[in-house]
Order: sequence, then C-alpha cells, then structure tokens
Amino acid sequence: MITITHYLVLSAILFTVGVIGVLIRRNAIIIFMCIELMLNAVNLSFVACAHYLNSMQGQLFVFFTMTVAAAEAAVGLAIIVAVFRNKETINIDDINIMKW
Amino acid sequence: MLNLVALILLFPLIGTVINGLAGKRLRKETVGYLACGAIGLSFLVSFMVFIGLLQLPPDERLFEKHLFRWIESGSFISAAALQVDPLSVVMILVITGVGFLIHLYSIGYMHHDKGYHRYFCYLNLFVFSMLLLVLSNNFLLMFIGWEAVGLCSYLLIGFWFEKKSASDAAKKAFVVNRVGDFGFALGIMLIFLTFHSIDFTEVFSAVSHGNFEKGSFTVTMITLLLFIGATGKSAQIPLYTWLPDAMEGPTPVSALIHAATMVTAGVYMIARCNALYLLSPFTMTVVASIGVITALFAASVGLVQNDIKRVLAYSTISQLGYMFLACGVGAFTAGVFHLMTHAFFKALLFLASGSVIHALSGEQDIRKMGGLKPHIPVTYKTFLIGTVAIAGIPPFAGFFSKDEILLEALVRGNFIYWSLGAFAALLTAFYMFRLLFMTFHGECRVDHHAMEHLHESPKNMTLPLVALAGLSFVGGFFGIPGANALEHFLAPVLGGHGHTEVRGAVSAGHHGAWLPYLMMVISTAIALVGIFLAYQMYIKKPGLSKKLAERFRLIHKLLLNKYYVDEIYDAIFINPTKKISTQVLWKVIDVRMIDGSVNGIAWLVGRIGSVLRHLQTGYIRNYAFYIVVGCILIIVLAVFGR
Amino acid sequence: MTNVSIMTFNILSILPILILSGFGMIVLLVDVLSSRRLGEKNLLAYISLIGIILAAIFARSPAGTTLFSFNESFAIDNYSLFFNFIFLLSTGLTILISHSYIKREEINHGEYYALILFSTIGMMLMAAGADLLNIFIGLEVMSISIYILTGFKRSKLISNEASLKYFLLGAFATGFLLYGISLVYGSTGAINLKQIASFIASKGGISDPVLLMGMGLIIIGLGFKVASVPFHAWVPDVYEGAPTAITAFMSVGPKAAGFAAFLRILITAFGSAHDEWQKIIYILAILTMTTGNVIAIAQTNIKRMLAYSSIAHAGYLLIALVSANDMGVSGTLFYMLAYTFMNIGAFAIVIVLSRKGDEFIQINDYAGLGFKHPLLALAMTLFMFSMAGVPPTAGFVGKFYIFSAAIKSGYIGLAVIGVINSVISVYYYLRITVIMYMKEPTREFAPLTISPLIVAAIAISVIGTLHLGIFPSKVMEIAQQATLMLK
Repeated sequence: MITITHYLVLSAILFTVGVIGVLIRRNAIIIFMCIELMLNAVNLSFVACAHYLNSMQGQLFVFFTMTVAAAEAAVGLAIIVAVFRNKETINIDDINIMKW
Repeated sequence: MLNLVALILLFPLIGTVINGLAGKRLRKETVGYLACGAIGLSFLVSFMVFIGLLQLPPDERLFEKHLFRWIESGSFISAAALQVDPLSVVMILVITGVGFLIHLYSIGYMHHDKGYHRYFCYLNLFVFSMLLLVLSNNFLLMFIGWEAVGLCSYLLIGFWFEKKSASDAAKKAFVVNRVGDFGFALGIMLIFLTFHSIDFTEVFSAVSHGNFEKGSFTVTMITLLLFIGATGKSAQIPLYTWLPDAMEGPTPVSALIHAATMVTAGVYMIARCNALYLLSPFTMTVVASIGVITALFAASVGLVQNDIKRVLAYSTISQLGYMFLACGVGAFTAGVFHLMTHAFFKALLFLASGSVIHALSGEQDIRKMGGLKPHIPVTYKTFLIGTVAIAGIPPFAGFFSKDEILLEALVRGNFIYWSLGAFAALLTAFYMFRLLFMTFHGECRVDHHAMEHLHESPKNMTLPLVALAGLSFVGGFFGIPGANALEHFLAPVLGGHGHTEVRGAVSAGHHGAWLPYLMMVISTAIALVGIFLAYQMYIKKPGLSKKLAERFRLIHKLLLNKYYVDEIYDAIFINPTKKISTQVLWKVIDVRMIDGSVNGIAWLVGRIGSVLRHLQTGYIRNYAFYIVVGCILIIVLAVFGR
Repeated sequence: MTNVSIMTFNILSILPILILSGFGMIVLLVDVLSSRRLGEKNLLAYISLIGIILAAIFARSPAGTTLFSFNESFAIDNYSLFFNFIFLLSTGLTILISHSYIKREEINHGEYYALILFSTIGMMLMAAGADLLNIFIGLEVMSISIYILTGFKRSKLISNEASLKYFLLGAFATGFLLYGISLVYGSTGAINLKQIASFIASKGGISDPVLLMGMGLIIIGLGFKVASVPFHAWVPDVYEGAPTAITAFMSVGPKAAGFAAFLRILITAFGSAHDEWQKIIYILAILTMTTGNVIAIAQTNIKRMLAYSSIAHAGYLLIALVSANDMGVSGTLFYMLAYTFMNIGAFAIVIVLSRKGDEFIQINDYAGLGFKHPLLALAMTLFMFSMAGVPPTAGFVGKFYIFSAAIKSGYIGLAVIGVINSVISVYYYLRITVIMYMKEPTREFAPLTISPLIVAAIAISVIGTLHLGIFPSKVMEIAQQATLMLK
C-alpha cells in the first residue's frame, strides 16, 4: 500500500536532489533544470496532500506553480542567452566580475 | 507677546536656509546683512518676549508654546514645545544680543574669505541650534539642540579645513564631545525610566513633590551622567582638551561659540536641573570640586601661553570653572550671572584679539606684538575694558559676578573652595594683564612686513567692540548686591534659595553683616596684586619673567606644555588603541588603512568588514550554499530548538 | 470541494491593480505602434505616471475593517492600502529618476516602463494577499519582472551577470518558499492565512515538526526577498550590476512587499506561534544588521555600499518583526515609507552624477561635490543623515519607533544591538558627507544633464525625509490604524 508518507518522502528526496544539483553543477542551464526539479518535487507534494486532504486548493496551486515555472523558464533562458552572447560561456564559475 | 517665541527660532533658520541654498549666487553684502538681520530680528523678538514676561506676576512667569507633537510611542511623548521662563529669557537675550554683535563683526572680519556664505550659513544655524537648546521644554529637544550646536561647532572649527591643524582640531572636538554626549544621553534615558517623562515641568514638579529622598542613588546617577555631558560641552576637567585646539576656527567663532554661548550650555543645563542637583549633595560636591580645580588649573596654564587666542581659551575654561563652582555650592543665580557677564567681556576680548590679529595680518603670537597701543586705539581701549572686567576691578561686570561666586563659595561651601577660587582670581588678573601688556605696551616686536599693513579695523568691526565694552561696563549692575534685579528675576526658576537667604544668614548668623563688604575689598585687593605683579614683570622689568622662567624651569615647562595632558591622553587612550591594532592585527591587515585614524574602534570594525566582505565571493554556487546552510540552521532551530 | 460563487469576485476591490495592468499594456502598445516616430519616448514615462496616479486615486479601503474578496484570498484594508501607497510612491519616484537615465544608457525601450508597472502589480498582490497562493503569485510577478529589469543593459556583461545571479538564486529561493507552503498546506489543510491561524489556535500552538519546517522554509523564501543574512548574498552583486534606477527600485519596492507579506504571514497566520518564529527572526535580525553595517564600512563603490546599507536596514526592520507588537508593525510601515524617500533620493543623486560609460560610483568620486554642486551635496547629506538616523530626519523617527517597539516587547538586548549598529553605520554614511565637503576633487565633474523629472524626484524625497522627521505623528497615526487590520 502506498501511503501519503511515501509521496512526501519521494518529494523530499527529489527536492534534496534538486538542491544538491544547484550546489554542485556548473552549467547555468543544468542548474536551472535542478531548480525545476525542486519545483516539481513541490508539485508532487501538493498533489499528494490535496488528494489526501480531499481539497482542491493544492491542485490549484500546482497549476500556478507550473505556470510560474514556465514564465521563469522563458525569462531565465533569455537571460542565459544574453550572458552567452557577451561571454560565450554559461559556466557559472566564469561569471564572476562582481564580488566583495 | 509671548506667543511670538517661535519667531525667535524661525529667523535664524530662514537665514540658514537662504544663505545655504542661494548664498553662492548672492552678493557678499546681501549674505552678511541677511544673516545679521535674521539675528537682529531674533533679538528684537526676544526682547519683546522679555517685556511680555515682565508683565506677568513673578510666580506665573512660565509660558509653554506647543508647536506640534513630535514623537509619541506609548507613554513616551515628546512634543516640539518651547518654554519661556526667566532663565531661558536671560539665555536668549544673551545669545541673540551677543550673537548679533558678533555677526556684525564677522561681516568685516570674514570679508576676504571665499567661504563667506558658508560661514554665515553655519553661524546662523548655530544660533538656531543654541536657541533651540535653551528654549526647549523637554530633555529630548534640548538634546537635539545640544547635538546640533556640537555639529555647528565641528563645522566651524574645521572651517578652514584645508589646514590640517584645523581639521584635526575639529575632529578632536567632535570625538571628545561624543564622550560627554554619551553621558548626557544615558542621563536622559535614566530620567525617563525614573520619572516616566522627559518634560522639564513634569520632572521637576515630581522632584519638588518630594517623591525622592535627598541623596538617593538614582538621582545621584542621573545628575552625574548629566554632569558628564556638561564637562564635555563646557570644557571642564577631564574633557576640556578640545577647547584650546578649537581656536583654529575663525576668531568670531571662538567668541560666539567657544566663549560666549555654546560652552556655557553645560552651566545652563545644570541651572535648569537645579531641583535635581539639590537632591544630590554628592554630585554637588563633585561639580564644585571639578569647577574650582578647573578654574585654578586652566588659569595656571594661561600664565605662560604665548598665543593670544590660547590664553583667552584657557581663561574661558577657567571662568567656566567658576560657574560650575557656583552651581556646585548651590548658588545657581551667581553661576548664571557670571555666565552673562562672562559672555559680554569674553566675547569682547575675543573680538578685540581678532581685531589685533586682523591688524597684524594674521599674527597670533604675543611675543611678536607689543607697543600696538597707539596704532589701534579703539581696539586697545575696548581690550583694556575687557581685561579690567575679567580681572575683577569694580565697577566692571566681572567684579560683581566673580565676587558673588567667591562669597557664596565661602558661605555655602568651605574655605578651601574660596581660597582656591581666590588664588585663581589672582592668576587671572595676572595673566590677563600680562596679555594686555605684552600685546599693547612695551617695545614693538612686530616684523616690518606686518608693520606696513598695520591698521585699525573698519567700523563694522569696532562698533561691536564698543557695544560689548559698554555691556562689560554696565553688565554687573544687573546683579549688584542689595538691589539684585537678576536674582529676583531668576528666583522663580532657580529658587529663592539664592542669595537672599545667604545674606540673611550672613547678617543674622555668625559671619556678620560686614562679610560681603570685606569680601569685596579682598577681591579687589587680589585683583590689584595680580595686576601689580604683571606690571612689575612685563613693564617695569621685562627681563624678570625670563629669569623666573629659567629659575623655575620645570614648572614653566610643565605649564607651557599644559601639564602634558594631551600627551598623557595620547599615551593612555589613543596610542594603545593604535598599538594594539597595528601590532596584534598586523598579520591580518594591511598598513595603508592606519591613516592616523583617531577612532580605533571604527577602524577595527572597518577591518573586520574588509575581511568579511571576502565572504562575498561572487560565485553563485557559494551564495546558494549560504542559503542552504541558513535553511538547515533555521529548520534545526524551528523543529528542534524548543 | 469549495463552492466558488461569482458573488465573491469583487472587481472593484482590485481596481488599482487593474488600472496598472491596463496602463502597462497601453505602454507596450504605444511603444510598438509609435516607436519609429517617437524617438524620445517621453510619452511612455508620462503614461506610466498617469497610471500610477490613477491607481493611487482609486486605491480605497473600507475604514476600520477588512474587505475580503475573491473567495477570501484578497484582503483590502488599511494595511494593504498603506503598502500600496509605498509601492506606488516608489514606482513613481523610480520612473521619475529613470527617464533621463535610460535615455543616457541607451536602454530606452518601452518594456522598461511596462515591466516596472507589472512588478508593482506583483507587490500590491503580495501586500493584499490573504492566502499563500496570492502571495506566491504576487511574489513571482514582482520578481520575474525585476529579473528582466536587472539585465536590461543587455550588452553589458555586468548587467547580464547581475541578472543571472538574481534569477538563479531567486528561483532557488522560490523553491524553498513553495516547499514551505506545500508543507504548511499538507499539515493544516489550508492555504488561507485565517484558516491556518484557526487551525493552529485549535491545536493550541505548533507541535507538528512538518508544520514548523514549513514555517521555517517560508521564512527563508521571504528572507531572501527582504535581503536577510544569510540569504542576502545576491544583494550587493545584483545592486551593483543592475541599472542604477532599477537598483533604487528594487531596494525599496520588493523589500517593502517582502515585509508586507512577512508581517501578514507571521502575525496573521502564525500569530499564536509567536515563540516558535521569534527566535529565528531574532537571530536573523542580529546577523543581518551587523553583517550589513560591518561590510558596508569596507566598501568603495557607492552602489555596493548602499546595497550593504539596505541589508542593514532590513535588519532593523526584522527587529520590529521580532517585537511583533502594534508599535513594531506600525514602526515597520513608517520605516518603509521613510526608507523609500531617503533611499530613492540617494540613488537619484548617484544617477544625476553618473554619465554614459562612466558610472561615477566610486565613493572618492564624490570628493569636492560640496563646492561644485552644493545643492546636490546638501540633499545627499540629508539622505545620509536620515539613513544614519540623525534627528530631525525620517530615519531617526523610524529607528526610534522600531527600537522602542523592541524595548516594549522586552527585547532590550536586541534594541541595544540595534543602537550599536546604527552607531557603526554613522561611520560610513558620514564618510560620504566628509568626502563631499572636506576633500579636494580627485577628478572633474562632468557637466550635469539634469532633467526636471529627476529634480522633482529629489525634491519629493527631500521633502518627504524632512516632513516625516519633523511631523511624524500624522503618518504614524495612519500606520497605527493600518496595524489593527492584521489581528
């Protein structure tokens, strides 16, 4: 029997994987994909809770999260393209003019 | 008429704003007369307020003008409100009156300065702040005025900031005053915690209703903290060191801020809080002792200084010491009386010395003066009047006020106060006449170059001198024994416990009625002895002083170097701070930042900042890592931290 | 399943938001239709200003109560109204200071104004959000617009970098916020703040670790937006790299919006669990103000210095949040308004002095400004004094309220640390004044191109800073009324 706990644990694992990805990857696009993974982990948790609580708000939230993620993707990719045009790299370790 | 009181503040403020914003585009004459006019109008209104107050019966002479509610939070209410009572009226008359004359003088004195409008902007701002300080009806507003006069003093000491000595002096004044202000601020907080109010009327009525025991710990703490503030602003031991250096500012500034008005703020504050101080005999003893020691100490340093303005600076410190002595023995009226007369004659002396400096194209060393009497007659005569007044020769202003203080010190205090004070008076007469003789009499030691330009100052500079000389002459009659007008006027604020009581005690008690008259004779005799000695040493036998200096070389050197107090402070406070930072932190830091910074702590924090800023690596990866670390900490704190 | 009735859609309640959306789209349309002919694009700035003024006029709230609409997800009351006013003010001032700046920097595209307006909509949604969904949407609308604005100088690497950093870290923080919301939803079954509050009250406090974790994660998400240490690291880099006018904008609007949401969530929803979050915010407050102030001293670039100073100010505001009493909340509102005036004013002066290709933003560049441009220097001095908290300026009164709120709630230690911090901050704020007045210029000042709009912005900021410092009681009264709405 798969309970709500299973879903939440899976969601937590996915979220953590996303966070670790953000911390260790260097390519800006992959980092962004890791962030998407975090958001999807959240979506999983929302849907599971909504089902468990028999409430619609969680499902509603998922729609908005997906919309926001799409908007972020559009803006984020545009920003990454702009960086690439000027710098010819999207390795975040090379993007470091401003510090201290 | 009392309702006009807000105008007194408004005029200088308008002057500041116009000169500050548009001064650069206005003609010099316009700037000067605008500034003067603002203070002049202020003085007129002050006088009208004074008349208005006189029309009220003595017991009702308290008028509060509520301007607007400023800050309110819970029980803490601070209104922007002004208070007119005899004490504040005396103060505003002195400030605007002397201030006006000094503004007028400045028009001529600062004429060639390129910062003309900046100067008048600051000067008007100063008058505004000083008036705010004395007119406010609560401690917070007073504190704002207190800080604002400090700021103006800082700006004006460093007015010629291209000169390193000027900007150093400004910095020193600022830092030393911070120490005092810190004490004052703590005192105000303690007042609020104790009385749940910072309004003068409420605090003092709570005191007078006898809710506090005499000598209670809280009141002693409050009064001591306030007194720390006073020692900073009024240049008393141990925080006096900034005042002699403050002479780096333009001379009219020294006259207005560092002699006549701002430095007396501490005396005003203690007189204002007399109800509190009377509850703490311990603090009173401290105040009187610090006062008399400062008076003597500064007078002794004044004996050997060779810079005309520095002599006057030490003399100011010494005279302020007298005022604190008066307050410390409970003779607040005498303190305020001396404050007033001192404002007249010390402003006069500074302005006259400014006129001398002006005539000699900037020379301040009295060893390079001498024999100036025929060349600048008006300056000489007025300077003479000022000197006689401060030395305490009747019937000039200084005589009455100083005599009053010495008498009170003997009757209410003890013989030690009196003898130290009297000895300081002897020194005062001596060093002031030494200054006079070395500047105006004897042979001329002025160099040729300066001699060619030697000239009497223009009318708008000599006119204020004459006016102040007049005041120095008649000023004493306001408080003449017997018909003491000033004392009666101030009695509602400073209490009837002034001097009538003493006179009563004197006539009825063990001293006998002859005592005041005997004291007068003694005072005069002391002053005459001082003058005679100065005459002997500097006119009759000019070589004598040099011989004495050689005979008592150690003492002379000690005095000349002002008891090495600056050096001692450097050794105890400033150098160790620097040393620790250079040697202990040497490896972590680089040397460039030690720009002779006075403030070791600010410097240290800055170094920590320069180390910490490297946390900001510029890598997204690190920033994300901080977020995750923060996240883990918060979750641990939230879930397990209970 | 919730029954959604059409009656709860009170369109009028969101009229200001609709007006701003409409004007944002008009700006875009006008730009597209007339871009060839209108090289100057002054018109767009004016259209946006009209939109802001109209939105301000139509911003209303019922006196003394809260009007809920859209199925109780949207709260119109004095609290959101006060914040709306701050947002509209900061947006208006930003447009005034942008006008000449974006022309000079050749980033004069119509989208600039539209995005600023859209971002303002996001802020208004956040302040009025009565459930977590609305707050989340508002936050994203606001942030996504600002991600773009940060990178608006497309051809400049520094601007790209700032944008990328802000975007990646912002999205990362959003992930935490959302996860927190989902955990709160999972354990309380509600996303509406009132329902969450009643759930917690019915349990007599929080003991569920999942809910506590959710609350902690929400604090992280919002802490990122208000630039609280250790979630602040993006601030200096992004502030430095963004176009200066946008730096001014995002140092005020989003911060205010973040605090609006922070207060609503923590006080309305988690009010009965005060002890649980107070210790977290307590530590964040100390870290935030101390880090901000200490590092600010070591800065040589004025934009970066103002960035660290903005972190420090977030720390002061967190003090008010910890105290969580009426005075703390109204102090936050007051302080945010004061901060709007003084901070945008300071940035306006930075903009006036900069020129194309040379930002003129080293602190030493300001040497001698006091003689060359006395009025600008005077205004800058006023703003610096206000930020340092010198009376009689707005900053002093704001700090006074915040620190006394802390004392009132018994956090005397926190208030003392706050006072020590503001003493430290005096050092770097006054340094600018000292450099302006007491140093010889190290380089030439270029002839200034001062447009009337930016003069208006500086004048409004000066007047606001002084007015709030000298006559604070009226505004404070309004803020106190707004505070009552949170309970």
